[in-house]
Amino acid sequence: MEAGAVGARRRPLARPEVVLHGPRRRQRGWLSWLTTTDHKRIGILYLFATFLFFILGGVEALIMRLQLAHANNTLVTPETYNGLVTMHGTTMVFLFVVPVLAGFGNYLVPLMIGARDMAFPKLNALSFWLLLFGGIVFYASIFFTPPEAGWTMYTPLSEDAMYGSGGVDAWIFLIHLTGLSSIIGAINFIATIHNMRARGMSWGRMPLFIWSILVYSYLLVAALPSVAAAVTMLLTDRHFGTGFFNPANGGDPLLWQHLFWFFGHPEVYIMILPVFGMISEILPVFARKPIFGYKAIAASTVAIAFLGMLVWAHHMFATPTPTVVLAFFMLSSFTIAVPTGIKIFNWLATLWRGQIVMKTPLYFAAALPALFTIGGISGVMLAVFPVDWYLTDTYFVVAHLHFVLFGGSVFGLFGGLYYWFPKMTGRMMSEALGKTSFWLMFVGFLATFLVQHSAGLSGMPRRIYDYDSSLGVQTYNLISTIGAFILAAGVLVTVINVLWSIKAGRKAGNDPWQGNTLEWFTTSPPPPNNFDVVPRIRSLEPMKDIRREVAAAAMPAETSPQPLAPRSL
Amino acid sequence: MPRRLLLTALAAVVFASLIGAAPALADTFTPQSGGSSNANDIDTLYKLTLYIGIVIFLLVWGVLIWCLVKYRAGRRGVAHQIRGNTPLEVGWTLGAAAILVVLAAVTFIYLDDIENPPASGPNGLQAAAGQFATIDQPTPPTSGGPVLTIHVNGQQYIWRYDYPGTPGTLFSYAEMVVPTDTTVVLKLEASDVIHSWWIPKFGPKADAVPGHVNETWFKVPAGKEGVYRGQCAELCGPNHADMRAWVRAVKPSEFEAWARTKRADIKAAGEELGKSRKARLKAGEVD
Repeated sequence: MEAGAVGARRRPLARPEVVLHGPRRRQRGWLSWLTTTDHKRIGILYLFATFLFFILGGVEALIMRLQLAHANNTLVTPETYNGLVTMHGTTMVFLFVVPVLAGFGNYLVPLMIGARDMAFPKLNALSFWLLLFGGIVFYASIFFTPPEAGWTMYTPLSEDAMYGSGGVDAWIFLIHLTGLSSIIGAINFIATIHNMRARGMSWGRMPLFIWSILVYSYLLVAALPSVAAAVTMLLTDRHFGTGFFNPANGGDPLLWQHLFWFFGHPEVYIMILPVFGMISEILPVFARKPIFGYKAIAASTVAIAFLGMLVWAHHMFATPTPTVVLAFFMLSSFTIAVPTGIKIFNWLATLWRGQIVMKTPLYFAAALPALFTIGGISGVMLAVFPVDWYLTDTYFVVAHLHFVLFGGSVFGLFGGLYYWFPKMTGRMMSEALGKTSFWLMFVGFLATFLVQHSAGLSGMPRRIYDYDSSLGVQTYNLISTIGAFILAAGVLVTVINVLWSIKAGRKAGNDPWQGNTLEWFTTSPPPPNNFDVVPRIRSLEPMKDIRREVAAAAMPAETSPQPLAPRSL
Repeated sequence: MPRRLLLTALAAVVFASLIGAAPALADTFTPQSGGSSNANDIDTLYKLTLYIGIVIFLLVWGVLIWCLVKYRAGRRGVAHQIRGNTPLEVGWTLGAAAILVVLAAVTFIYLDDIENPPASGPNGLQAAAGQFATIDQPTPPTSGGPVLTIHVNGQQYIWRYDYPGTPGTLFSYAEMVVPTDTTVVLKLEASDVIHSWWIPKFGPKADAVPGHVNETWFKVPAGKEGVYRGQCAELCGPNHADMRAWVRAVKPSEFEAWARTKRADIKAAGEELGKSRKARLKAGEVD
């Protein structure tokens, strides 16, 4: 039987594959984390580092909320406030959401497609270390002069005439280092997904999370060069006398905005599509149903990515731009609502007539369509460019982007964390703490960001360190600040849950959720080589097939379905 | 079940805050308006998208909450192994597209009124004496009477307003004075970094970008005299939050009186400057 299995892999149909000579040894000790090329350990490094940056960015947000808690507050100086605005935005985008997805992708892609590692393990390690050093270079600036021009770093404000000291340069290096990290990582994902899928895993049997990581990777490769070019031009403007963005030297500040948003809007989809992929994995497992409309969800992912490259100037509706251009970008932005709506309806249909198991991952996964819908609706409102002339650069936009980025990405990510934590550590997280965390985050989130729509409608611009009490936004801001602290408490409960569960969580077993995808086939945590034998894939849900076969054979093997976790720990 | 109760209560709170309170607190959920007709049009357009949005919101949240309550494990038989439904997929794709086509059509219907400045009204500046009547027309020219053009220049952290095309020099800082029932076209520039002009009650923002001239307009209806407040809406440096703008709308006759006084003041200040320079030159304080 054993020999037969090996023989099967050597048949002419088999794809060329690097076969390890002897089992890989489990690495031990702190130093091994520095030298590891194991995708799972790199994935954990990613997750650990990016969650640290998430905490940093969150603390920055809390300081800003404290400053805005009441009118004419003097907690921080205007300079510090602008520094916080810039650090918070940059951290959350470049050091948290994008790389945390690379972290989940690193951990899960080889496991879900039945591969033993990424295509280029050493490049994979390089990706992580570039990211970490990008973050360190950026955060080092707080000991000198942090950048203050906002995460969008609009010229001419970011030029040396306004901010001559090193903060903006630190930001430029962050963009280069994290950008390089992302491009290398993306190429690695593309090579891995195209070439290393298990036998039988055709495009139509590829998990939706893998689809989304593939599309995420292509988007990164397509979008990042634009911002890399832009920041290089900014660097030469600042230090070598060029005038790309300086009208006095024949340049144009709007060129920066086009180059930045040509990257910046695809970046939005880079940050959300893999999370859409995650909950497309989570919802069917907990609804005990197949995903509804697999092809529609996969196709809409590709459609969103394509259209996402064509909408960048909707960030620039208030700039001097011809109306026909504005109209084009309004219509292109509208069209994205269609594939996004398709996804949301398909998720609802996945839950419809299911047998929904109410575990923490499902709570977070189900919150995503709820909150993202609000962000999507405000997104369509913002796409109507005459309406955007009123709403742009106000707190309405702040609310909108947090509904899609926090309500969308972060809630989905937390769902992913609760869902895959047992696989990564071999232990379950506490359901009680998980649900407490969810409700705190959900209520805190709505309290923080719903009222910001109203603040914006009342005339409160974004990125202001202070406002007049006569503006009538005092109550909104106080509610928002209180909400932010409830939200932070919710995040803290999850941090405690993670720390407690690593040590004391109940043993998870291979397949605690009755998952659909291949990662649940191996042990928790998986061995260094992931799989001793990779099963042939016959459907979208290989684990369902395996459980069925096992049940049919009535064979108490390692792959037997585990009972669901009890209701409480 | 307490969890279910909590969920229902939460949904009720959200619904109540979004819809129940809407008529009572209209301005909480809609833009400011009333200072200019384009602001009113934007308000209408916004409300239209909001109503469509509320319907979609209720649909999604309703179905989601229904599913989470109704289809809990153990309550009923088995999970229905449905993999998809093509007519349903096609239906909601076309449905979503149809809503957006309607929204686009309505936007284009309103666009002309929002974007293109109308003629000044009968009680506007044109009805008064003719010193402003020859002011340059915006492009494309509007059908009616003359409009007042003001050049707005954003600087850290103040706005400068120049009234060109009039005899003598007329400008002011921070507070712009305009006549009511008169179409005011603003030509926006910036001399250092990007600023954004915004008076919420007048509707649109317009970015003032160095090296570009942007344009927007407003027309304060007769009888709506008063001070309209706004502030810079594009991060422009540490004191971005302190960069305020005031527009004082007055009757055309008052505007002319203000312009006369202001022009005289500016002239006097210029003469004073010349005198004091000569005096200081004499005293040896300057070269």
